[in-house]
Amino acid sequence: MKKFGVGQSVERAEDARLLLGEGRYTDDIVPANALRLFVLRSPHAHAKILSIDKTASLESKGVAGILTGVDADEDDLGGFPSLVPSNAPDGSGPNFAPPFSVIARDIVRYAGEPVAIVMADTLDQAKDAAELIKVEYAPLTAVVSLADADKPGMPSIWPECPDNNDSLGVFGDKAAVEEAFSKAASIHSIDVRVSRVAVSPMEPRVATGVWNEAEGRYELTAGVQSPHMTRTQLAACIFKVPPSKVRVRALDVGGGFGLKGVPHPELALVMWAARRLGRPVHWFSERSEGFLSDCHSRDHISHCDLALDEDARIVGLKFNSRANLGAYISLAGMHCAQGNIGHLSGVYTTPAIYAEVRAYFTNTVPIASYRGAGRPEALVVLERAMDAAAFDLGMDPAELRRRNLIQPEQMPYDTGFQFTYDSGDYPVSQTKAQEAADWAGFEKRRAEALRRGKLRGIGMGHVVEIASGMRDEMGEIEIEADGSVTFSTGFHNHGQGQETTMRQLISEFLAVPPEKIRMKDCDTDVQNFGLGSAGSRAAAVGGALIKTLSEKVIEKAKIIAAIPLETDAAQIEFVDGTFNARGTNKTATFAEVAALAHNPMGLPDGFDGGLAHKQIVRPGGPTFPNGCHICEVEIDPETGELDAIGYWVCEDVGRSINPMIVKGQIHGGVAQGLGQIFGEFIEFDREGQLLTGSFMDYQMPRALDIPHITTISHDVPSPNNPLGIKGAGESGTVGAMPAGLNAVCDALKPLGIRHFDMPASPHRLWKAIHDAGGIDAICKPTEAA
Amino acid sequence: MPTLTLAVNGNIVTREVTSSTLLVQFLRDQLGLTGTHVGCDSTQCGACTVHLNGDAIKSCTALALSCDGGKVTTIEGLAQNGKLHPMQEAFRANHGLQCGYCTPGFVMAAVKIAERLGPNADEETLREEMDGNLCRCTGYQNIVKSIRAGAKAMLENEARDEISSSPQGLTDPDARVCNDAPQTQEQSAERKAQVDVFIENSRGS
Repeated sequence: MKKFGVGQSVERAEDARLLLGEGRYTDDIVPANALRLFVLRSPHAHAKILSIDKTASLESKGVAGILTGVDADEDDLGGFPSLVPSNAPDGSGPNFAPPFSVIARDIVRYAGEPVAIVMADTLDQAKDAAELIKVEYAPLTAVVSLADADKPGMPSIWPECPDNNDSLGVFGDKAAVEEAFSKAASIHSIDVRVSRVAVSPMEPRVATGVWNEAEGRYELTAGVQSPHMTRTQLAACIFKVPPSKVRVRALDVGGGFGLKGVPHPELALVMWAARRLGRPVHWFSERSEGFLSDCHSRDHISHCDLALDEDARIVGLKFNSRANLGAYISLAGMHCAQGNIGHLSGVYTTPAIYAEVRAYFTNTVPIASYRGAGRPEALVVLERAMDAAAFDLGMDPAELRRRNLIQPEQMPYDTGFQFTYDSGDYPVSQTKAQEAADWAGFEKRRAEALRRGKLRGIGMGHVVEIASGMRDEMGEIEIEADGSVTFSTGFHNHGQGQETTMRQLISEFLAVPPEKIRMKDCDTDVQNFGLGSAGSRAAAVGGALIKTLSEKVIEKAKIIAAIPLETDAAQIEFVDGTFNARGTNKTATFAEVAALAHNPMGLPDGFDGGLAHKQIVRPGGPTFPNGCHICEVEIDPETGELDAIGYWVCEDVGRSINPMIVKGQIHGGVAQGLGQIFGEFIEFDREGQLLTGSFMDYQMPRALDIPHITTISHDVPSPNNPLGIKGAGESGTVGAMPAGLNAVCDALKPLGIRHFDMPASPHRLWKAIHDAGGIDAICKPTEAA
Repeated sequence: MPTLTLAVNGNIVTREVTSSTLLVQFLRDQLGLTGTHVGCDSTQCGACTVHLNGDAIKSCTALALSCDGGKVTTIEGLAQNGKLHPMQEAFRANHGLQCGYCTPGFVMAAVKIAERLGPNADEETLREEMDGNLCRCTGYQNIVKSIRAGAKAMLENEARDEISSSPQGLTDPDARVCNDAPQTQEQSAERKAQVDVFIENSRGS
């Protein structure tokens, strides 16, 4: 194994820069002459705009310009499209898909929607001027509650969609499920509310737009996960220009988690304003502004029926869900609602599944991706249904799961629903996780806690999730004449460590030392195509990409090496950075060959020169990282306070490029999943005003809220790509949500509580415990110690 | 416009600032020290943590003028002679950062935690100490590990420095900073009055 190659926990290349305070986040490199943009946002969730008077504000000090929907119409500014199609509820055709508007025209549809933008020399000047803009609104009744969105009497947010029910997605085999249910020994139903949350990367959204007058071209530097996809949307849908007329780059980005993979209005607004005013325009979201205007995530109300036979084996599953879209459909809105419904299969053999998902408009900011993007929405319901069934049957939920697990010898396993799993050993993962967590000894701990007046619970969640479903990616490896390597890919690194892992891959395949490998910026001017970092895909797809690129470089190099080695390219092998002529002792180093490849005098006929190679690679199939998660919690019934005692996960990410980074991804993913279970929650009032609009109201998990996470590996390489990598980005979150919620519900079980909805905030827990009669009902003082 | 004099990372700087300028704005916008970040608007996230006169403070909640005459150390001033501070080194060795945005704030806070508690603080204590800083990437586990390792390395460095008869413990980066900013007491009083007026006006609005 090479010192810096695949499988080594090497320190990250990007860390020195980030630790020294020398990162290049978008707000760190604002052009000196940039105007600051402030967005005047709608104070109403639903209202008609009667008039906008900007006379007084235009006179305000430092103001360079003010733009509204009228100006946007003048310039024919478009909106962002929905990437995933669905069907109209009556099945008459495709669903109605209003583009995600970048600035309101005559109606505002969520509180926080941009109504006007003010550009001034300083942000304070822009804010002062915005206060002078007079907007006359005629408020309309807002549709705020997802549960009531289609109730009679509710106003229509879109005339094309009178009852606000935009679409119905139907999945699976209804007849087979009905048949299975008719023969079932028991049926277990559960309703689960998958709460609405704010993604909240620590770097708020940010964008700088420049109009390049000489080239007639827009330029954007922004905190985005996928400069290439963003460019496609901006060029085609917003400005209606060829992609070559838009440049997008993302340098350091402070976390994305799906949010920054979805284009937001302000990206278009800074570019538009820059063109209108002829100066760079910069916007940096304030956190409270982010709570209002960042796309939120999750927000489903789901019902699940699980049918078991007399041996508690699953015979069928029915799923019915209402998904919130918000006021518009974001790029990934329908994807989160319906695109990952395949996860209802979980890790179990389920002969028949049928699912209906209805998606609704509400007067709220659009819904978009957050780590998992539809995966946890399905899996947390399935895993809650498993625990509810165990509750009904008086069974150990671990045993119920074990009876239903797909066995390793069944791999690759066609679920019969949507996915074919590539590989994995779910029973071993469960065993290892149970041993680590001392699952068998839990009831003793529960009893001990009860003697202290505390409610203790343990919960399990199995995760299996599709990764690298989006398989294509482009990359380029360039070789300098001294043999050093420069590379680019469409992946963007915003914390996942690709700057390091991609270098490890190159070092592995080209045997070049890491200090001679450099990653280029993720910039559409550097590389014209790419899909970006999303869906846990960069390691698996990137592994295949870098391997292929490296092989092509070596192939080319062999043609050159044939000259000094005085043999045929076919007779040359590349071992540990050296080209050897088979059967001789002649060798040439990679650097020597690189120098020759750049010497135009000595190149063979027909050889282009240089060793660079660029192409798109598509690995054989998606991968399915998986794992068994266990969480243990203790609740103080007097205060409702929850103490996260411990967390154990046995994960299978396939082959790891850098195990240290993988573990970091699992830790962070688990914390985000637990954050949603323990306290994060977006809440609106009845008028659609945000109640949880800052870090003071929105309970972000802090260090003390997250337990120590023990990670164990049971990696089974994937057969679907050449390195056997599966991916690690999202599985932590997808597994932690059910494990955490099952632990909370298990803690409440002695009170007779069968289900408790997230979030397990102190107030909600206290109320549930209190409503169930309190702990005194079960805490018998006479119980033997 | 009032002038402000600070010792920032060992350099004496004097600039004109408005009375409403926050310390973080002064550092980022006027001095170009962009390593100190802004992650919220309610003093909750700690991405803006710097050292002021030896304490870790949130620079988003300090008026620049209120720090007049003070010593400020930012993340840019922590490494010395091209060598990472032991706490920075510990974050790298223990994968205590991912996207890096909250990192400068965590490192600055961690240095002070380590100075106060030494290397033997338990995990629970360290997690409690980090209450003022938010991280969305790491799940905090490797940050805890980093702080512990950093604290140990700081102590070892200190011991080494004592042997080499260094006059001051190098673990306190503020020790390197000038402590006699050139200004009269009158100037200082005047600026303090301006700050008070600003605060008073802000309350009224």
